[in-house]
Amino acid sequence: MVRRIWGMMFRHVALYRRSWPRLLELCYWPILQMCIWGFTANFLSARMGNPALMAGATLLGGVLLWEVTLRSQMGVSISFLEEMWSRNLGHIFVSPLRPFEMVLALIGMSVIRMLLGVGPAILLAWAFYAFNLFAMGPVLVVFFINLMIMGWAVALGVVSLVLRHGTGAEPLAWAFLFGVAPFSAVFYPVSVLPVFIRPFSYALPTTHVFEGMRAALLQGVVRWDHLAAAFALNMVWLVAAAVLFTRQFHAARVSGALISIGE
Amino acid sequence: MNAIQVERLSKRYGSVAAVDDISFRVPTGATVGLLGGNGAGKTTTIAMLLGLLVPTSGRITVLGHDIAKDRFAALARMNFSSPYVALPSRLTVRENMQVYGHLYNVPQMHQRIADLSRELDLGTILDRPAGQLSAGQKTRVALAKALINRPDVLLLDEPTASLDPDTGDLVRTWLEQYRADSGCTILLASHNMAEVERLCSHVVMLKKGQVVDRGSPDDLLMRYGRHDLEAVFLDIARDRRQAVEA
Repeated sequence: MVRRIWGMMFRHVALYRRSWPRLLELCYWPILQMCIWGFTANFLSARMGNPALMAGATLLGGVLLWEVTLRSQMGVSISFLEEMWSRNLGHIFVSPLRPFEMVLALIGMSVIRMLLGVGPAILLAWAFYAFNLFAMGPVLVVFFINLMIMGWAVALGVVSLVLRHGTGAEPLAWAFLFGVAPFSAVFYPVSVLPVFIRPFSYALPTTHVFEGMRAALLQGVVRWDHLAAAFALNMVWLVAAAVLFTRQFHAARVSGALISIGE
Repeated sequence: MNAIQVERLSKRYGSVAAVDDISFRVPTGATVGLLGGNGAGKTTTIAMLLGLLVPTSGRITVLGHDIAKDRFAALARMNFSSPYVALPSRLTVRENMQVYGHLYNVPQMHQRIADLSRELDLGTILDRPAGQLSAGQKTRVALAKALINRPDVLLLDEPTASLDPDTGDLVRTWLEQYRADSGCTILLASHNMAEVERLCSHVVMLKKGQVVDRGSPDDLLMRYGRHDLEAVFLDIARDRRQAVEA
């Protein structure tokens, strides 16, 4: 099983190790985001003093951690789309690779892509904007894990929709999480949102992570209640996404989509 | 002993029957041709044999494994080649072979790749991206991929389509040699009647998703009173059936 998973990962690793534009693309957007929000935070803190400095820190923390979710989601869904674009699914799914092994391989690739993408942005934040993400302490690891799981769950949903609707659903691989961001309390607390939106916001694991991040950065406390909620919601999201993927994969085998997808 | 056993297999898309209640067997070590015009159901049948497509009804057994229940056990001992399914074009030939070497858990993978490279004359293209190869080179690479795990059952969907006569002949010669050496069972879907006559010991003729005739190439020639399979194919395709009981 491990070798099959590595085989699937190797297909993508081989692609990246020879293509610097692909590697650059991985970290381009996170670095760009960090530049924009880093200068914005600097500008605010210069004009408004200490309160804005703290707001700037939560802003930069939000940017970096949101990229963790985004890159994790795109790491899975773009890797799947790569197989579709290269019309390789027909070979992969007639090999002994089980669908869950393929998902594990895509998750492995998403971790690599996320680290390569977000790592330089974290360094940039530390070097140019004096923002040390690791100052939050070990709880940062828990934030990362939760955000990655959320990204994987969304990616499985996106892949399921691609299996169901073909290439027409491709744009969701890029767009879906941007639609979730306003309700995830990435840059502002949930209390800012209208009351009727808050239940939806609290149903998102990311919301609890970002509330926890603000508590860690602004008050120096670990909000275990939010972390527990994030984990519980992530499990619900992940199980729902896995069920959806399993059903759509079977439906694709019934409809013949695995043969024709990408054409 | 049959390597492949297909019983009352059907695949329907709504009211359209792509494959309609077909049954056939492929004895172990034999090369059997699946013949038919466009839309006859050849590719659909192969996709169901590989578990890529779920049948509407019927049963497929490959190497003793029921494909509906235990397809991964069979898939580890099978492989497949088709000009209509590509390998990642930006990976080199060697990287593609390594990917499938891992997926099929091939022991001594690098040695196996070296052997296939020598046998199929891939030495000069091994480190070139698959997307930069000619049609003939791609076909040889696809064959190498299909043989990476030394399959007991090999499914070939038009393996020499779009090849020039010289390359097509090389591929056919190589397939004959491989089957003789390995005892591999081959199911070959093709439009090329000369290829089928040369390679296959038995032929299953499909038309509109149904088996319309079967037998050895010699049997069919005799029963239709023809000198080549192409004429038999045209008789069946155009409903000019002249088969007589032997």
